[in-house]
Amino acid sequence: MSRRVNATTALWGLRLDPDDKPVAFAVGFVMLILLIGTGYTLYTQGSAPLLQPQYLLQQLQVGSFLGIVAAGLMLVILLGHIDLSVPWTLTAAAMIATAVGGPWAIPAGIGVGLVVGMVNGLGVAYLRVPSMIFTLGMNAVMRGLMVAHTGGFAPQTAATDLMQYLAVARIGDMIPAALLVWLAVSVAVVAILTRTTLGRSIYAIGNRERAAYLSGIDTNRVILVTFALSGAAAGLAGVLLAGYSTKAYQGMGDAYLLPAIAAVVIGGTNILGGRGRYLGTLVGVILIVLLNSVLSIMQMLEAGRQIIYGCVIISMLLVYGRGARVTG
Amino acid sequence: MLEPAPFFALENITKRYGGVHALRNVDFACSRGSIHAVLGENGAGKSTLMKIMAGVVQPDEGSMILEGVPVTFPTPSAANRAGIVCIFQELSLMPELTVADNITLSSPPRRFGFIDGRAQRRRSEELLARVGCEDINPLSRVSDLPLSRRQLVEIAKALGRDPKLLILDEATSALTSTDVDSVYRMLFELKARDLSILYISHRMHEIEALADRCSVFRNGRHIETFAKGVRSNDEIIGLMIGREIEGQFPEKPKRPRPAPLITIRDLCWENHLKGIGLEAGRGEIVGLGGLDGQGQKELLLALFGVLRGVRGTVTIDGQPMLPSSPRAAKGGRARMALVPEDRKSEGLILSMSIADNIAMASLDRLSHGTFIDPGRTRQAVERAIEQLRIKIGSAGDPVATLSGGNQQKVVIAKWLATDPDVILLNDPTRGIDVGTKHEIYRLMRELAEEGACILFYSTDTEELIGCCDRVAVIYDGRVVRELDGDAITERNLIASALNIVERREPVHV
Amino acid sequence: MSDTVLAPAAAEPKKKTLRWGDGLSLRWRKHAGILGALALFLVLYLFYQMSHPRGFTGQILIQNANEVFALALVSMAQTVPVLMAGLDLSVGAVMTLVGCIASHLVDGSPTDIALGIVACIAAGATCGFVNGCVVVYGRIQPIIATLATSAIYMGLALILRPTPGGKVQEDLSWAVASDVHEFAATFGLFDDGEATWLQPFAWIPVPLVLLALIILVIWVPFTRSVMGRTVYAIGSSETAAYMSGLPINRAKLAAFTLAGLFAGLGGLFLALQTSSGNADIPQAGAYTLNSIAAVVIGGTSLLGGTGSAIGSMIGAMVLRTISFNFRIFDVAPLLQPLFEGLVLLAAVSIGGLKLLRLKNRLEIFR
Repeated sequence: MSRRVNATTALWGLRLDPDDKPVAFAVGFVMLILLIGTGYTLYTQGSAPLLQPQYLLQQLQVGSFLGIVAAGLMLVILLGHIDLSVPWTLTAAAMIATAVGGPWAIPAGIGVGLVVGMVNGLGVAYLRVPSMIFTLGMNAVMRGLMVAHTGGFAPQTAATDLMQYLAVARIGDMIPAALLVWLAVSVAVVAILTRTTLGRSIYAIGNRERAAYLSGIDTNRVILVTFALSGAAAGLAGVLLAGYSTKAYQGMGDAYLLPAIAAVVIGGTNILGGRGRYLGTLVGVILIVLLNSVLSIMQMLEAGRQIIYGCVIISMLLVYGRGARVTG
Repeated sequence: MLEPAPFFALENITKRYGGVHALRNVDFACSRGSIHAVLGENGAGKSTLMKIMAGVVQPDEGSMILEGVPVTFPTPSAANRAGIVCIFQELSLMPELTVADNITLSSPPRRFGFIDGRAQRRRSEELLARVGCEDINPLSRVSDLPLSRRQLVEIAKALGRDPKLLILDEATSALTSTDVDSVYRMLFELKARDLSILYISHRMHEIEALADRCSVFRNGRHIETFAKGVRSNDEIIGLMIGREIEGQFPEKPKRPRPAPLITIRDLCWENHLKGIGLEAGRGEIVGLGGLDGQGQKELLLALFGVLRGVRGTVTIDGQPMLPSSPRAAKGGRARMALVPEDRKSEGLILSMSIADNIAMASLDRLSHGTFIDPGRTRQAVERAIEQLRIKIGSAGDPVATLSGGNQQKVVIAKWLATDPDVILLNDPTRGIDVGTKHEIYRLMRELAEEGACILFYSTDTEELIGCCDRVAVIYDGRVVRELDGDAITERNLIASALNIVERREPVHV
Repeated sequence: MSDTVLAPAAAEPKKKTLRWGDGLSLRWRKHAGILGALALFLVLYLFYQMSHPRGFTGQILIQNANEVFALALVSMAQTVPVLMAGLDLSVGAVMTLVGCIASHLVDGSPTDIALGIVACIAAGATCGFVNGCVVVYGRIQPIIATLATSAIYMGLALILRPTPGGKVQEDLSWAVASDVHEFAATFGLFDDGEATWLQPFAWIPVPLVLLALIILVIWVPFTRSVMGRTVYAIGSSETAAYMSGLPINRAKLAAFTLAGLFAGLGGLFLALQTSSGNADIPQAGAYTLNSIAAVVIGGTSLLGGTGSAIGSMIGAMVLRTISFNFRIFDVAPLLQPLFEGLVLLAAVSIGGLKLLRLKNRLEIFR
């Protein structure tokens, strides 16, 4: 067994353990990306925009939507499940938020995500339907509902001022508000994972649900709550994204599911659950975002991007994500 | 009586698990054309012996000689190729595949390179017929068969490998008497075909009926081998017990029986529990005795709220309480704790840290609202580690790095942190070293002295004698006898475990 | 003491001789998942045909068959890893990549076409084999490994077809997307398709014939090979399969290769049918996700060990038939996902009811 969990790092002080390896590698890779990108721009344009704080903050602002989705998804993956309903949960939240408008726009958007997550949780925990398939079904249902809601057209309603403010404003002309929201979500997730009974239960269920159940943990409820949190995170991302583009539109969530899974996994979280640290996910998101932006600076075609994505994921996992050999 | 030449001989075999000797310098031999019974209490080393013969584990020392040639078996398939086939207690069938698929799994009949379904079916029918299972359709899925039928399929699968030495490890434990008869017939037929058969069983009458020779094991040693009929059942039981009880158990306090804290009346569940009645009070250690699999585990699980559809009443301090989940059980009127059967998959989360595991069951007590109090948690963990003298490097290490004994201490520590009133122990000393066992015995007595009520299931009769104030012997889902004080003896325990308590005369078939 | 064997309370059904019908009913039960899906499909399809304004015509059947084919093959591809309790997220990408290859190669002289088709099939199998290598030798979880390779395959497809286009030989394109009679007529077979013996089959759409051929020539032999058996055994219990000395790694490689082959055949057909290649990322994703749904509807367990590619094929037909129904009822076609989703959720939730029968709650956790 090489799977290790250290939810107690916060309690027992920082030590370098096997869980740090993915984070260290991912950070190294981020540096490499910056280096290559900077070398490229120095050579072609004679400047180094990648190293300018303004540019980096801009990238992080765009990355914060992905970061929020990945934070919620990570909780579910730690459980040993997956949430494929993210794309249309996000879109639905955005559409409902813009439709409701006014002061209730944001709560409505997050609430949509929460409800979708709870339905997912009910199906996965109480009906024991594989999450892969139940959340896939929910994604289709949400898509259908939203199409019915909008009549298949882009909604005409606009994001509220607050939504736009949260998504695009710069605090003190410097720090993007969206980044702060991402930061708040991150703090909340770290707190949940390291400081609460819920977090401890999530790791326990992801490792061995049987033992967790026999320890008196209400595993079904934990699963339900975790899916609800993931849904709410997707909802929040949807609300912000609608604010960023001033409106909601069909398919706005499609580009978020797979990169979020990739970010979580690159950050060292085991796709089968039970092991992983939020810091890794954070670095994973940054890695994906920077990779994206360097590739667009290089004017890499979509084809090249896809191939590079795939190779990056595989090579990162070959370094530290390998499973144990099957033996008796 | 002329001794047949040995077919397969083991010489000076030793096997250790961690610091525990499972087998010590064992010499053993079996011959063709005979059924050889292997007897011994749980943990006497029989299963380890079989596993070594079948290539599942390798001996630390010693050699094996098959038909005069020294051999080693690095894998089960190597042993199979040499003609040694073992039917283990744990079934090794694939539940989703059909009976026929399972029977011919490793070498299916083929035609033009493809599996010949019809030939496979015919072969399965033949083999099933040999174990008297003409009624099992080879096309049925294994998961649809009841346990007893699966056991027969397992036997048929073993026969299909054309064994020269067939090992049956408690292979009849779940069979009905009719099935047992057909297995007997099959075994006699195999014997007539000059096969060598090793037969492990706890049932004296089965051994009477089948065996030509018997070997008794005890504490990892081969005690004696004799031909059938040389020794009486009483003598055999004597050989199996055979040891003096060392002064390893804490003294039992002499005092009147306390008022019952937990009262169980007529507890039934499926066909495992058939009306269990039992009482236990604070300060008492009540043992659950009997052979493996008579409903002891189910009783503990039922009390802990794991089983659905339990009938009967359980009262605590006179108030009815039958929890519906472990969560309810640990937080109810009387806090319950269960040290489960399999510490690796049920008791612990091996990949998580020692501290996380210790705090796992008492998180609600260690947190304010939803937030875990790191200070209190650290204190609780340190206290538990100190109290149980768990030997660790750091509390942040994964539990998987600990020895078996220390792992079990972590399981116990996890539950002590909930400050339980009723402690359910499911064979807590299985597979751990003697030193830790003693510590656990002492701890149990201390907890009882502090007012806990302990239900203690053990497969080791010595432990039951040494630790318990009372022992309820369970047979086929019922308490068949309750032994109290001085009546808790090896002889009484074994006799009532075999449900031959009412008859003092030698056992006949 | 005469009997300490379990009391007769544990009585089992007593011995009885095999009845003739037993084998039959067991075979039926073994295929209950497939039969359920088949019944669902027949009901939906009959309903569709009866409500169709123009009634039942061969033209409609051909059109339906053409729409089903690619998804059916991609779903069959998905089945193989799922039987091993894995998942292949690259089936849609492999389909797309092979489609793009086909749009370049399947044209020109008959030899060129034949070579092109062989190249397409080989490309699909190679993609699958690469997946298998990453899973077996890289020891990366199938779901993540194939997520990554799917990006690579999509990238390659985009290089080959940055914009939709290309061309395949027109006769072939026409022939495979029509009925048997047209097929024979196009290639001058069997008296231009007028041979009398052919007439009873002349109406059958070519895609259905191809599906049947693929199942008979590839899938059925596979399930009867030791490899196929091992794939099922791995899904049932990988440890027990190892203990039984089965060739686990080779079986995994074979399974992913077969998945790639099926997905490639789907892509080849799609290119023939549309006479073009299109590296459409959302479309590839939709095919992958639909394939999972089709597998589940077809009665294959995501936990592995039980199921069949035939069931998945029928599952794909069910999914497609739902959308056919929408078309004629003039429900906004965009509502389709809602009902597809609801059908899927209802189908899988029914399975959850069996939990109520579990007496030992620990069994929930396997």
